Amino acid sequence: MDNEHLLTSPFAYLGRKVITLITEMGAMAIFFMKAFLMIFRSKQVPMIIQHIYYIGATSATIVMMVGLFTGMVLGLELFHTLLRFGSTGVLGSAISVALVRELGPVLTAIMITARAGSSMTAEIGVQRISEQIDALVTMRINPLRYIVSPRIAASIICFPILTTFFDLVGILGGYFTGCVLLGLNYGTYFSRVQQSLEMEDITCGFVKSLVFAVIVATVCCFQGFFTHMRRDSYGAKAVGLSTTSAVVMSCVLILVSDYVVSSLLI
Amino acid sequence: METPKVKIPLIEFQKLTKRFNGRAVLDQADLQIYEGEVTTIIGKSGTGKSVLLKHIIGLLAPDEGTILVRGQPLEKMSKRERYKYFRQISYMFQNNALFDSMTVFENIALPLRQTTRMSEETIERKVKARMEQTELTDATGKYPSELSGGMQKRVALSRALVTDPKIVLFDEPTTGQDVIRRNAILGMIAEYQRMFRFTAVLISHDIPDVFFISNRIIAIDEGRIIFQGTPEEFEKFEHPFVDEFVRSIEKLEEHLTGIQSKRQFKIRNQVGLSRKRPQESYVAALFTLDDFDRMCEVLGHTRGQEVLSALGTYINKHFGSVGGFSTRHSKNEFATLLPFSDPEEAGRILKDFAEDLQNEGLKSIQSEAHVQGETCFEFAILAGMAEGKAGDEEMDSILKEAHVRQREIARITCEKRR
Repeated sequence: MDNEHLLTSPFAYLGRKVITLITEMGAMAIFFMKAFLMIFRSKQVPMIIQHIYYIGATSATIVMMVGLFTGMVLGLELFHTLLRFGSTGVLGSAISVALVRELGPVLTAIMITARAGSSMTAEIGVQRISEQIDALVTMRINPLRYIVSPRIAASIICFPILTTFFDLVGILGGYFTGCVLLGLNYGTYFSRVQQSLEMEDITCGFVKSLVFAVIVATVCCFQGFFTHMRRDSYGAKAVGLSTTSAVVMSCVLILVSDYVVSSLLI
Repeated sequence: METPKVKIPLIEFQKLTKRFNGRAVLDQADLQIYEGEVTTIIGKSGTGKSVLLKHIIGLLAPDEGTILVRGQPLEKMSKRERYKYFRQISYMFQNNALFDSMTVFENIALPLRQTTRMSEETIERKVKARMEQTELTDATGKYPSELSGGMQKRVALSRALVTDPKIVLFDEPTTGQDVIRRNAILGMIAEYQRMFRFTAVLISHDIPDVFFISNRIIAIDEGRIIFQGTPEEFEKFEHPFVDEFVRSIEKLEEHLTGIQSKRQFKIRNQVGLSRKRPQESYVAALFTLDDFDRMCEVLGHTRGQEVLSALGTYINKHFGSVGGFSTRHSKNEFATLLPFSDPEEAGRILKDFAEDLQNEGLKSIQSEAHVQGETCFEFAILAGMAEGKAGDEEMDSILKEAHVRQREIARITCEKRR
């Protein structure tokens, strides 16, 4: 009997985990759909603008800084690698395609998760445990409309814009190391960028940034909104754990969905 | 013959049961809440009081049983009707549930901004009016964390009242407040209830203070409703719950304030009088702080309660030295029993008291309550005495007689108005 239990228990554990994961994903999908539909209700615009400022404007500097150094590192590494094959002329193509299709959307999403996503979860989590969300319900204010929808709308607007900033600054960073520091001709660099970047690449980056926006905003808001349902902890500790879960889950889902979207659009 | 009209409750629970993890927090609860009344729910912690309130406002749904609103089952109402019912209710949370990232003004304006189509000017006017009524004008731009506990309560109260609700639910509105502020908050609730004519449902542990503002009491124990009725009926209610819970709170109250609860006053009275020979006389006096409601309006509820408390302490001290004992009889009245004095002697004691009060007492009461100078408010103390015979009449009828005989014994006049 014990041996039998020993044999089946890993599968039972795995099964439970998978069921929990699927249930949670389903709940998140419903959560997103409900909140998304409420974006178009009245009185939402001022709140969306407020969140655009927080998610977008205040994150712009850090996103561009990361973009600049990513472009610079790419410029440095790729220049020396391409030098071995005598093809430094394609540096502009390599950097621009890598940034626009892949690194721009992914790194921007991860940076926003770390900066704005974590604070979304913590803020909503604190509102939940201090009964502020219950207070909204008693005032007949739908908390999904008031708290979640504006954040999702703001994320959908901000992610592509910030990704564009990241890409542009990254290309300039590549130019700085490749042309200014390492002596590559700047005309060659920019003509390669112009030649190799196609609309398809830009669309791919844009679609990815939209998908990541939905993932990050939904996961972070969901984790905060249901902080009180956690079984492993309560109160302030639950808010901390929810924030960690939100960041980890968002990062993992960004990379998983990146692969899925890439394989669909390639 | 015309049949008497049956009063339909505004909200009625019929055999309502709610379970959490298999444990019944509310067990077959039957209760009625009537329109325009103040209903107070009392009970030990964790016995289902907040769960009960959350059912009224729709935050929780019952596992069994029905909630009737004006005789109509809530679950059979259309979505529109239910929305209309819930819109009439406001809820004041135990911990206030204020939005800590919003200013006081924004907190109070939130329900109006989000649920109505009022213009910003109208909202501003309404919010400012509520803030003035709750003495919050100085706190407009402050954040909740910058306010004292009492002020936070007032913000929560303003937010609950700003939508002009028909029903207001208060979940332990006085938690964490001292005796004066507790009474000030209860006084405020009573005043607004009179002013705006809403139906109030309170959860409170402030026994007996809360009885002075309540029309009905509902006692809940282990998820079951064990009593429903008026505060007067509750005082006569005999149940182990009363011994365990109510008396322990009353004892604590006496320890804190020095003034006995009504129940203890009655017991002490009975014990004192049982030692007397039948028909041997004793005297009961009734003191009233006149114009108390207006005093609270002018000086604020906290100051008003401070004056009342200082007066109670003064009466208790004075009559305690001649073997008397006192209790708060109603919102602004104190009853004192002099078991060892005949009417003639009691009359002399009262005369001395009146002189002391006029010459020294009122000044010390004023300074204790910080109501001198600019904030001075003219008020009078009335007193009346009545004689009772051991083993004869009920204390209430003697106090009624004392009330009829009341006359002014001391008055504060503000110098600048002379």
